[in-house]
Amino acid sequence: MQYLLNVIHDSAEFATEEEQAAIVVFNQRMKADGYWVFAGGLGVTDNATVVDNRGDEPLVTDGPFVETKEYVVGFWIIEAPDLDVALRLATEGSKACHRKVEVRPFL
Amino acid sequence: MNANEAVARAHREEWARVVATLARRFGDLDVAEEAAAEAFATAVERWPADGVPPNPGAWLTTTAYRKAIDRIRREDKRGDRQREAQMSYEAPPEPVGAVEDERLRLVFVCCHPALAADARVALTLRMVGGLTAAEIARAFLVQESAMARRITRAKTKIKAARIPYRVPDAEDLPARVVGVLTVLFLVFNEGYLATGPDADPVRQDLTAEAIRLARLLRALLPQNGEVAGLLALMLLTEARRAARVSPGGELVALDEQDRTAWDAELVAEGHRLVRERLDSGQAPGRYQLLAAINAVHTSARDFRDTDWSQVVALYDQLVRLDRSPVVTLNRSVALAELDGPAVALASVDRLAGQLDGYHAYHAARAELLRRLDRGRESRAAYDRAIELAGNTAERAALIRRRNGSG
Repeated sequence: MQYLLNVIHDSAEFATEEEQAAIVVFNQRMKADGYWVFAGGLGVTDNATVVDNRGDEPLVTDGPFVETKEYVVGFWIIEAPDLDVALRLATEGSKACHRKVEVRPFL
Repeated sequence: MNANEAVARAHREEWARVVATLARRFGDLDVAEEAAAEAFATAVERWPADGVPPNPGAWLTTTAYRKAIDRIRREDKRGDRQREAQMSYEAPPEPVGAVEDERLRLVFVCCHPALAADARVALTLRMVGGLTAAEIARAFLVQESAMARRITRAKTKIKAARIPYRVPDAEDLPARVVGVLTVLFLVFNEGYLATGPDADPVRQDLTAEAIRLARLLRALLPQNGEVAGLLALMLLTEARRAARVSPGGELVALDEQDRTAWDAELVAEGHRLVRERLDSGQAPGRYQLLAAINAVHTSARDFRDTDWSQVVALYDQLVRLDRSPVVTLNRSVALAELDGPAVALASVDRLAGQLDGYHAYHAARAELLRRLDRGRESRAAYDRAIELAGNTAERAALIRRRNGSG
């Protein structure tokens, strides 16, 4: 079963060197243990663009789909047997990157 | 025993086992719950006519199993292939650990930390306790439809997020047991001191259910000190129930309770558990300390006879484990009996910033001020306590104490 681990952040500051180093270590361990599927960091929501083509004309708007103080700054996609394993990895991941992590199961 | 009594008894004793066995077999709480409910409904119909089966638990499990298969077949006809996959899924045999009772897995699923606290309570009462959504809704004064939604939502999350149906690893077990105990303590406390303005002041159905679940947990985890501690705490509290509310509907404080009205059997059982934990030589946790404090209270022939130095010493240990200002407040109340109201008041007043919105803080201050002959301040504190108190019997007692304070 796959889970999305969203990394939640509330400022435009990048990860510190220490945080980056911890993330690298955590990523390597996830790969070694077979949980790793994919991961990525995301730019600030200022650079987001929303496209809505549900109507007659595609509508393009600047900014995120919803303005919030906290936003998704990166993510992991993992393969885990159940939520307990996903929560354990999220706990380690949160520690490594020093940010909150939201766990969401894929359908 | 007639057939109806046999069904009621089987419901008390077998419900959780039937749900747990089916949940394990089908990997689906929803299927398990519905099939169990159908099996009991069938028993209500059949047992009076056919007689009570020699092994009611096995009869119920087999009947529920057939009901579950029927339901899955019906849903398969509608093209739900996923269910079929689940049906053929057999969990690999696990190493036989210390605990293999299916009901324990069920308890841990229902109290999983990924579920909202109120959902854990509701799900535990439904799946393990066998209460209906309507009964749980009444107990917590919410609409039945809202309670049913809460339970459904929790079941959906368990399935969609794949909350595992198993006893946690040894590493996670202590923390997860604490989570389970929190749920049981919440149920008990809501019964012990109901919060709603329209609720009965003491909800015996809830305290009894919490004790029943704690006994079950104790049977499943006999070595766990905190499980024993919580059960002892509940028993020693429940033992005083008859003395806690006056015929006029007022809450009766410990110093005014008729101790002959206490339930001696429950007291004895609670004391046995506390002694067992003392004999274990292991450092006590929060519930064991609370149980020990209650054991001291229930050992005293009257209020003045209480070993207050022992009570305060136990609170000192508790404060080291639990920094909550409420614990410090309770310690201060005991301190008043040991070192006098002035010392206690100084200690209580230090909590003003944290506990200003808590009725028991103002009630404790009011009582100490009264004993220090500071009548005007005492009455003002009683007024604040009465304003904030949610429990009807507690309010009545506070009003009487205020009016009686010179």
